Amino acid sequence: MLRYIYASDLSAYPKLQETMFKDRAHQFHTRLGWDVAVDTRGAERDEYDALNPLYVIWEMRDGSHGGSMRFLPTTGRTMAAEHFAFLADGHPVSNPRIWECTRFCLGRQAGPRVSAALMLGGAEVGLGFNLSHALGVFDARMIRIYRRLGWGPVVLGSCGNGRDRISLGLWEYGQAVRNKLLKTAGLSDELSRHWFLRAFGRDLALTETG
Amino acid sequence: MREKLEAFIERMEQAKSLDDLQAEILGLRDLYDVENLVYHSVNSTGEQYAVLTYKPDWVSHYIEQDYARIDPVVLGCFQRFNPVDWKRLDWSSKSSKSFLKEALDSGVGNQGFSVPIRGPQGQFALFTVNHNCNDDAWARYTEEHVRGLILIAHFINQKALEIEGSDKPRPVRPMSPRETDVLTLLAMGYSRGQAAESLSISEHTLRAYLESARNKLGAMNTTHAVARALSQGLLVI
Repeated sequence: MLRYIYASDLSAYPKLQETMFKDRAHQFHTRLGWDVAVDTRGAERDEYDALNPLYVIWEMRDGSHGGSMRFLPTTGRTMAAEHFAFLADGHPVSNPRIWECTRFCLGRQAGPRVSAALMLGGAEVGLGFNLSHALGVFDARMIRIYRRLGWGPVVLGSCGNGRDRISLGLWEYGQAVRNKLLKTAGLSDELSRHWFLRAFGRDLALTETG
Repeated sequence: MREKLEAFIERMEQAKSLDDLQAEILGLRDLYDVENLVYHSVNSTGEQYAVLTYKPDWVSHYIEQDYARIDPVVLGCFQRFNPVDWKRLDWSSKSSKSFLKEALDSGVGNQGFSVPIRGPQGQFALFTVNHNCNDDAWARYTEEHVRGLILIAHFINQKALEIEGSDKPRPVRPMSPRETDVLTLLAMGYSRGQAAESLSISEHTLRAYLESARNKLGAMNTTHAVARALSQGLLVI
């Protein structure tokens, strides 16, 4: 199932938390060889995890991490502005209706539908909070995944060649994209909405009479 | 609405001081046709600035009771960044129920929508519209205005930061003793070589200190960095 959890609330889900940071270490350090910090307990965290980001997480049946991504608003500190400004010609995106998405990670046990479900979670965040786009840095290996899911970015800038090529892109939110992802993920409209509302609250009347 | 909003933004552009800004923010209440409006900013050094239209009695009572500790709007928005209808906050505890009752009795409307804002360098702000009406009317209202409210919230915040920034030096990360040493010697007219020798460091290391000092000061080059440090009273020569 999809979870939407701010970092400050992660400790309420100890297994999910532990396995997410371990899966991130496995994907970004062990498998992709990125220059990321892994602590003695095998968890990968960076300074942006300390800014209370919002995580969208696919939780497996046993309560462990199946996949995740991390959101931060572009009006505050972002990786795109602080590490990848060269991809945007030195003019980082800062817009109240655009949030940055980073650390897109798939768990080792994740089935093929998990990436679609995660992207669906990203779409729910965008539509639920009236965002226009998601901003993200991606490498060549991700292009195939985006293409398969039918939700690709508009590329703002790129650098490098072949497998090492990285790009900065904007994903536009829309209902059509959400419908497509629901289908690919094999999830119903109601269930996906339920998960989102469970995390962010339903409308409750503040006063008895309204 | 669109024309009025554009006119508002144009007047905001002209705002030169926080007083000007306050007048414009208060004017927004009529533009958006709501009973109350709050803009509250906390910058990276903890300084606060607020414009709000609640009754003064309620405001002083709120501060006196330190209600920020239990206010579900503060608890639900501080550290988070998604815009939120007050109905979706957690009002279930006994203390927040009695807080709500007091607030309503003091003229706070029964409907609210808050936009948390994250700015540069850890700055944080909250923009809220508050009104009295039934749930259906409020749902229609937020549906129609949510995007405009998000944009206006950030527009106000940017303007407030701009005015603050022009009033006083930007909040800077403190310079290390070595960085101060390097700038001090350069300000005294030493060459880089002489400065490096006096501090018993290599010229390469000196350049590293200089570069980080320049960054912290937000300066374009060495001369600019020395000038900024001097004007901010960071150097004793």
